[in-house]
Amino acid sequence: MSTASPRKLPMSLRLFLIGFLVLWVIMAAFPFMWTLWGSFKVEGDFFSKANWAFALSGELTRVETGGSFTGDGYAGAWGQEEFGRAVLNTSIVCVCVVTISLTLSTLAGYALSRSTFNYAFWILIAALMFRAMPQITLVSGYLLPFYEWNLWGKLGTTIIVLVAINQPFSLWMMTSFFRNIPKDLDESAMVDGCNRFQAFRHVILPVMWPGVITTGLFSFLLAYNDFPVAAMLLDQENQTMIPKIASFLGTTQTKGNVMFAVAAVVSATAPLFVLILFFQRQIVSGLTAGAVKG
Amino acid sequence: MTKMTKLMGATAVALTMGSAAFADGHGCAAEGRLSIIGNEFPAIQSIAALAQSCDGIEGEANLTADHQTLNLAGMSGDPAEYTTAVVANSSIVALINEDVIRPLDDLIAAHGSALSPSQLITVDGKVMAVAFMANAQTLMYREDVLAEAGLEIPTSYEDMLVAAEAIRAAGIMENPLGGAYAAGWNLAQEFNNMYLGTGGAFFEPGTAQVSINNAQGVEALEMMKALSAYMNPDFLTHDSNATSAEWEAGNVALMNMWGSRSQVLMDAEGSEPQVYENTRITAPLTVGDSGVPATTLWWDGWTVAKNISDEDAAATFIAMAHGVSPTLLNEETMNQAVWLIDGFEPQAANEGVLAAVAAGSKPYPMIPFQGLLHTALGNELSDFMQGNESAEQALADVEAAYTAAAIESGFLTE
Amino acid sequence: MKHSTFFTFVFPSLLAMTLLIVLPVISVVVQSLYAQHEQVIETVQNCGPFGCSDEVTVNQEATQAIREAEPLGRFVGFDNYFNRGHLAVTEMGEAWRTSTGWGDWWNKVMNLPFYSAIVFTLTFTFVVTPLTIGLGFAIAVAVNSASRAVRGPLIFVSLLPFIITPLVGSLVLFWMVDARGILGHAIQWLAGNPDLSVKASTPLMWIMLMVYGVWHSAPFAFVVFYAGLQTVNQDTNEAAMIDGANRWQRVRYVTIPHIMPLVTFVALIQLMDNFRVFEPLISFSAEAHAQSLSTYIYYDLGGETRLLNSAAATSLLTVICVGILLSPVLVRTWRDFKRA
Repeated sequence: MSTASPRKLPMSLRLFLIGFLVLWVIMAAFPFMWTLWGSFKVEGDFFSKANWAFALSGELTRVETGGSFTGDGYAGAWGQEEFGRAVLNTSIVCVCVVTISLTLSTLAGYALSRSTFNYAFWILIAALMFRAMPQITLVSGYLLPFYEWNLWGKLGTTIIVLVAINQPFSLWMMTSFFRNIPKDLDESAMVDGCNRFQAFRHVILPVMWPGVITTGLFSFLLAYNDFPVAAMLLDQENQTMIPKIASFLGTTQTKGNVMFAVAAVVSATAPLFVLILFFQRQIVSGLTAGAVKG
Repeated sequence: MTKMTKLMGATAVALTMGSAAFADGHGCAAEGRLSIIGNEFPAIQSIAALAQSCDGIEGEANLTADHQTLNLAGMSGDPAEYTTAVVANSSIVALINEDVIRPLDDLIAAHGSALSPSQLITVDGKVMAVAFMANAQTLMYREDVLAEAGLEIPTSYEDMLVAAEAIRAAGIMENPLGGAYAAGWNLAQEFNNMYLGTGGAFFEPGTAQVSINNAQGVEALEMMKALSAYMNPDFLTHDSNATSAEWEAGNVALMNMWGSRSQVLMDAEGSEPQVYENTRITAPLTVGDSGVPATTLWWDGWTVAKNISDEDAAATFIAMAHGVSPTLLNEETMNQAVWLIDGFEPQAANEGVLAAVAAGSKPYPMIPFQGLLHTALGNELSDFMQGNESAEQALADVEAAYTAAAIESGFLTE
Repeated sequence: MKHSTFFTFVFPSLLAMTLLIVLPVISVVVQSLYAQHEQVIETVQNCGPFGCSDEVTVNQEATQAIREAEPLGRFVGFDNYFNRGHLAVTEMGEAWRTSTGWGDWWNKVMNLPFYSAIVFTLTFTFVVTPLTIGLGFAIAVAVNSASRAVRGPLIFVSLLPFIITPLVGSLVLFWMVDARGILGHAIQWLAGNPDLSVKASTPLMWIMLMVYGVWHSAPFAFVVFYAGLQTVNQDTNEAAMIDGANRWQRVRYVTIPHIMPLVTFVALIQLMDNFRVFEPLISFSAEAHAQSLSTYIYYDLGGETRLLNSAAATSLLTVICVGILLSPVLVRTWRDFKRA
């Protein structure tokens, strides 16, 4: 239920809120819309140093391609540079990271929420402090052993690293979520003769989905948008989307390739739209139950 | 005989040998593993593709902007993940310091007859790398703008300042100078150029003691500051990509730019005909009266890992030597670099680099601790460029930052 | 819960964290206490395409012996933490003794890279975190009051800044705020100064980085708060209304207390993430104007010669700073835990 239905709001407040929302929507969407529009132009227009209006009028796009819009960026990214392969790799990484990460953090989160011993608290705190370690330090520490044990460059290694790096956050979310599920539920099941695992399976599993979905969303976004880990730990065959986009930019920005990156970013955002629209309701209801206790 | 004719002469000698080696038109064949780590620009992509085409080679390449972080870790194991690293004179020292690349003398004797002596990078008499391309920053100018303002082509930075003032006064351009002055690596590189141009030396001879806080250091910084007054006010965020974009937009008439970039700036893509048709390249500028051009010469070359079997090392060597053989050169690749390969025909866009070699420019120093100084310069000079501190203070900060880093790395003791 | 059951549940998660976080952290701690072993250098002749010259190089045979004797390097204790690149105790002491006044002292401190990085990092953290929470809450309230039909699209547009890759998001923004870009032009027009350039001025660059920081993470706060608003107890709200509480009082005494735990949660995550601010500084080429602790580590690791020990020391100092920042929240969590 909402705090106040729109009908009850006085006109002035309502106008103010609408004005604020319009302003925010412009702020949030404008850069993306600009990118979407610009992805159909050539680099000289979209990144014009002469006049920003070129991005609208497409001066050089007309000169270089003959039309006001060009699909060259998309053709280059998907055709020439095989962006599809990176999309496939990202899908594999995302599915695995979300599944493994949720399994681990659900089990651990449940136990942490039901334990009253001090060490449970200290595990949580330690996990939080480990999260503070800058990622680039961790990743540069992995390089030597991974090369030594021949683990470098493989999707599996990256998946496990992402799961581990993501554990502290997932643990916190899942623990606070389970704390909101009354202890009586599983304890009464145990009185009825279930052991801890059976209680978890039969009583807790059915009611935990909102929290799982929320935690899953954040794991997903982490895996999807990850750059430092994937850029350092994957070889070119296994490259995921974001390092692939970074490689379009390159150190020397070969002409035209920058627009591959812009086109690829627009393409990479499309599946997220679908995902967010699809899971919108679950995301919101999940967070409610999950994070309330902080 | 100038260095340039020597360079070209050596190429000519090797040309005959090279064409003999590949006269029968066959590719190459070797049994073993080839794994390349290197940067991702087009010239290296071409070489990696050709090297991997050798018969019997299990080839793979990891060409990425992060190569400098990966190559050391990837070559430290035994056996090493990478059998060859493509490096430059700045980045080879990290591999030499950690002793992960092998001397190539035996391999050259066995399989390297097609390589020209001028391609070989030797350290203390041992060949550590094979160079395949050269690069340098040189002067790029707009012929039409200089003509309109009635100016000669500048030969020194002092001339450049005069020209910049004239172009601004004539109302042709507001900020006629360009330069890759982005804080960090680029800014430090511009200081290196300018400081060598004043005749300065970075270190006390034979030691790791830095000595740049001197008259030459101040002169170099003051010149950079004077030049920046004629640059776009955002100059501290302009790396060579952004500077090239400024050029293509027609906002700049004079700049010190990488030879590897000139081809892109002179083609028809990305700019108006008036800009690309009037883009010219010439020798690097001098500063003061030292006579040394204010630029550095660079090479890119390949190395062979130490921690691999001799068979893999031989296979890697044969494949990479094939990768930089005259077979590489065709319509498409000819423009990608100033190749140190037989059969290379200099293009209009390469004049700058060749002129820089001819003018007796110094190579970027291949010194183990040069990278530490480069990082220190990159971090500390921007305060001076923004007018927040004096040149002396900035140089003192650089020396202090370098010294802390050099102590940590074991080059200096406290 | 029994100890054994507890550890069965927790084991997989603990194993992953131990292997990939705890062990690397321990190695970072060790590394921060060491420096590289002494390098034996000698002058030799180097040749290449551009001729020969006498240059210094590392003598491998002599260095090899030292390296084998001390594989970790030289043990230096806390030297890495106290040298000029970090806490700079000597330089700080000198600045204190020789300064002519507070202004002079401040300039000397800000000239030290670690302190200037920490000043930016703290400023960024303490400006961006509250603004993110405030903006996120405002958006949540506004979206919540919008009619049901438009809420779906609104949520999805509001999430955009959070889900677009910062890598390219800030590349595009960087070009937009250029003096000749569309936003840069708009700023010049608003300020009435055609020469204004965000990228040329330190204060404007700081403001831009912070605006970007708020813009990028406000959606996260929004999603969490919006979810919280769905569960505000309507009975309490109506009771308050009957008691004559006005709209503002109801927000103040009913809504805000209800979502307070969420604010703690968002603050915890945001404080930590903002303290590690990294990507915007790199993408906006802000190095001349602002350094954060994370970019400081990045430059140590990204040079031609990598400073692993220095990066390790800076990383641990970052963790310690985060610990200090979060300590009030942690104490609160401890009390909650004991009560539960």
